[in-house]
Amino acid sequence: MNRVYLLALMCWVSFFAYAQDDLMAELQDAQPEKTEYAIQTFRGTRIINGHSVETKGKGELEFIFSHRFGPLNSGAYNFWGLDDAFVRLGIEYGITDWLGVGIGRSSTDKTFDGFVRYKVLRQSHGVTNIPFTLTAIGSGYIKTSPQAKFNPQVSIKDRMAYSLELLIGKKFSPNFSLQISPVLVHRITVNPMFENNDDVALGIGGKHNITRSLAVTGEYFYRVNPHTNSTRSDAIGLGLEIETGGHVFQLIFTNSLGLFTRSVVSETQGDFFDGDVHFGFNISRNFQLIHKK
Amino acid sequence: MKLLFNLMKLLFSIFLVFGFLATHAQKYKSEQATITFFSEAAIENIAATHSGASSLFNAETGEIAFLVQIDGFQFEKALMQQHFNEKYMESHKFPTATFKGKIIGFEKALSGKPEVKAVGLLTIHGQTKQIETEGSLTFVKGKIVMSSIFMIELADYKIKIPRLLWQNIAEKVEVKIVSTYVPI
Repeated sequence: MNRVYLLALMCWVSFFAYAQDDLMAELQDAQPEKTEYAIQTFRGTRIINGHSVETKGKGELEFIFSHRFGPLNSGAYNFWGLDDAFVRLGIEYGITDWLGVGIGRSSTDKTFDGFVRYKVLRQSHGVTNIPFTLTAIGSGYIKTSPQAKFNPQVSIKDRMAYSLELLIGKKFSPNFSLQISPVLVHRITVNPMFENNDDVALGIGGKHNITRSLAVTGEYFYRVNPHTNSTRSDAIGLGLEIETGGHVFQLIFTNSLGLFTRSVVSETQGDFFDGDVHFGFNISRNFQLIHKK
Repeated sequence: MKLLFNLMKLLFSIFLVFGFLATHAQKYKSEQATITFFSEAAIENIAATHSGASSLFNAETGEIAFLVQIDGFQFEKALMQQHFNEKYMESHKFPTATFKGKIIGFEKALSGKPEVKAVGLLTIHGQTKQIETEGSLTFVKGKIVMSSIFMIELADYKIKIPRLLWQNIAEKVEVKIVSTYVPI
């Protein structure tokens, strides 16, 4: 009998100790399970030349200025490429956190581009587990060079192209993210001697943070079905990325002058390993147009 | 001797029963405590609200505990919210902030003197600091309402401010807490 009481006493003491001990433990136990989403798989909407899985937040407007200089191997006379400039000015707007639209104008073929970006899946863990983020981008392009007024024989169709990209991105750790992106580019009018109407490419891009604000990036587009007489190359790029408050600066070395998907995948000219490397940068600035609440 | 033993048993039983009761009585919880913080900076003010912090209060002992999920803070700007989690609070490493301490003077609040003090350990960004702050505690229709405003210094919690361009973070942040408790 005494033993029973002793046991009861011990139970009581331990229970009392537990109850006293921790309001905090009790709070922690009562926390509902939640879903954590991967934020900032990439810092910007571009990795180097290609798009990243990132979408703009609702009501966020991004102004993005992309610039590529001439090739480094063009010699001292051309100041190692710095005399030439290829530029794209673009904006992108987040209609929702998942859906965005963008337009841009590039000096390459005086091309206008427009696209719709939609985040289909968001990487998350917790109650909902999704191993990667999936974003789809559909784009349209129109060349305005040669000038229509003096070249009526070039129809509007000859100037147009489309592309579809499926971006599959995964944030493996707070510092390391990787993205695989199958791309289809369709050009309505091509020279069948050395160009395909449909180019398929597989892009792979990655980012590794060095510090909280600094990262190194790399990107490669492998062309799956290059034309047998193709004079073009696979686009390769290496970059350094600096993020500050509302800006992302990307300093880039690439063999592509492409500033939009069509020209990156189908029209990259330089041979990276022969020194046809262009220095360039992307600078983006974010403006929050519509505030939450 | 037998009588004495029985008496002891009786006392002991009473002791046990009341012991259990005592640990259960007078506990209050708050599941939607509101926490806001505000920092004034040269270029841009920074403000965020959390309306789902949880807290327990033991009105017997005055003990109190707060737990906040860092990623639940809502900012006006999506980008600011991302940076808050990713760069400053590192919410993947330190998902919660907690406070564990005591409310001093809560007995007096019963008799209509709402000024109280909270003393305890505040843990943010994995760093724990002893703090003491003033606040108020009132009883409204069986509920307890507590509120407090205090300042925290980011450096105390090893929240680093990058020295790169265009960073607009003040070194001190004003935190405001309002919580309404119901008995459990």
